[in-house]
Amino acid sequence: MKFLQDILEKQKPLFEKGGKLEKYFPIFEMNETILFWTNTRTKSGPHIRDGLDTKRFMMTVVVALLPMTLFGMYNIGFQHFKALGMAATFFETFTFGLLQALPLILVSYAVGGFWEVLFAIVRKHEVNEGFLVTGLLFPLILPATMPLWQAAIGISFGVVIGKEVFGGTGMNILNPALTGRAFLFFAYPGKISGDKVWIAVDQAKDKLIDGFSGATPLLAATGAEGTHSSVQALHDAGFSAMDMFLGFIPGSWGETSVLAALIGAAILIITGVGSWRIMVSVVLGGLAMGSLLNLLAGDTSSPILSMPAYLHLLMGGFALGTVFMATDPVSAAQTDKGKLIYGFLIGLLAVLIRAVNPAYPEGMMLAILFMNVFAPLIDYFVVQGNIKRRLSRA
Amino acid sequence: MLEHYLSLFVKSVFVENILLAFFLGMCSFLAVSKKVETSLGLGAAVIFVLTITTPTNWFINTYLLKEGAIAWAGFPEVDLSFLGFITFIAVIAAMVQLVEMILDKYSPGLYAALGIFLPLIAVNCAILGASLFLVERDYTLGESTVFGFGSGVGWFLAIVAMAAIRTKMRYSNVPAGLKGLGITMLITGLMSMAFMIFAGIQL
Repeated sequence: MKFLQDILEKQKPLFEKGGKLEKYFPIFEMNETILFWTNTRTKSGPHIRDGLDTKRFMMTVVVALLPMTLFGMYNIGFQHFKALGMAATFFETFTFGLLQALPLILVSYAVGGFWEVLFAIVRKHEVNEGFLVTGLLFPLILPATMPLWQAAIGISFGVVIGKEVFGGTGMNILNPALTGRAFLFFAYPGKISGDKVWIAVDQAKDKLIDGFSGATPLLAATGAEGTHSSVQALHDAGFSAMDMFLGFIPGSWGETSVLAALIGAAILIITGVGSWRIMVSVVLGGLAMGSLLNLLAGDTSSPILSMPAYLHLLMGGFALGTVFMATDPVSAAQTDKGKLIYGFLIGLLAVLIRAVNPAYPEGMMLAILFMNVFAPLIDYFVVQGNIKRRLSRA
Repeated sequence: MLEHYLSLFVKSVFVENILLAFFLGMCSFLAVSKKVETSLGLGAAVIFVLTITTPTNWFINTYLLKEGAIAWAGFPEVDLSFLGFITFIAVIAAMVQLVEMILDKYSPGLYAALGIFLPLIAVNCAILGASLFLVERDYTLGESTVFGFGSGVGWFLAIVAMAAIRTKMRYSNVPAGLKGLGITMLITGLMSMAFMIFAGIQL
């Protein structure tokens, strides 16, 4: 540690005001503060002594994401060998997934980081660690087979249009990772929806097992036809509720495991980084809408309406969205009461879209973006309500 | 019947939001969305004007302008639909004057806050757009009233959300070249992407 610090201290004059590389101070600052605690002090009061600055805050989220990432990698391999009907050791499985996932993560960090640093240098602000989270969340919500150049375009859109044009971390309106994904979803739908992309196999060349479909549980459940119930369709496709909970299902590679999401949620809630209000209310919203649809479902309505509500929580991106996307402290509602309303409506909309919108099998991504748009409005009315209440008390 | 009206209403508010899906009524949307209070007022005025102009224009279209519409006066072959634009605009302008007078009398505060933007509703393309849609889509009287009201509510929702976003962004460090309208256009695009959540719903 001392060794590293010496190197940094030695280079410091180069980057400080008047130094040769003054322009590139943001890059230096980024490396310095990620390794060490800064020794800068706020100039005027109030002074708070606390280790939790934006960097530590965001690193906590990255740590909370690790279970999902590692499990996702294993699951890529697991789905691959399952589709081929081959037996593989744990090591082989994980390595295969790692080799599929790592390029996506690297591209996301490299391309997104490039924009982040470019804006920091040109606009003379610090490189913000919010990007560490965006850069990891973004690949997690892509299919494992996503072409790398498309991933690069997606993260560019997410970082530049979703965040940097608003002035960087803390000022954006929509969640940058989801903005990037939504852009890809509408620009290149063939690579991010349907039943061909979720499992890392070449469906034209590889020899697949009989009855291979490649559909995600959501597709299977919405695609149930006639007298088949969604539960029956899930069973036929070979997805048990336990598989979905543990995450051994096809899907965007980092989103499948509800268990890993719960571990992440525990870390976020214990450290106080993620809002439990949002997480709880999203789940409640999902359950409420699921049960409401159950009540409304008739004999002729589409089978997904009568699917038990709790299954919605286990499928697709619901868990990852609830824990990591809806709780994004920047784009979510800021007031306590607002958070409850915001979360509840996300859950409600996500399940509603799954059931009634034939264009998309999954509604979580757009439900969160939609509520991001309305979060400031919810806050506004909550604040106005508080003002009115206080005034009437005075 | 009620169900049909309800689904038309939901459709015109969310699925085919007149602002975020058709981009009609952009000028006042961009100009008056700085504060939530004023946008609430303008939104309400737009709802009101839309709800009364669409049925009025429906009557005019059905009994005066459509091909064969003035058969009741003994001219079964006359087609006056080429007069559509100018008549609709005249009706809208008259209605806006009416709203102005009502507001001036009963809510001078809102009248002063809206200022020049109130007469500008007359040239708000969302309102003419709704009247033209009802001709194109062959709505009945009930449908066009519901459609007008729904479009108004959709417009209201969009401008109020935008105003809240712009209030939140007051301290954002937007690049100099994008300040003001530039970033607002970008937000409109992002909002409309979020509204795509409802695209494709069949009602």
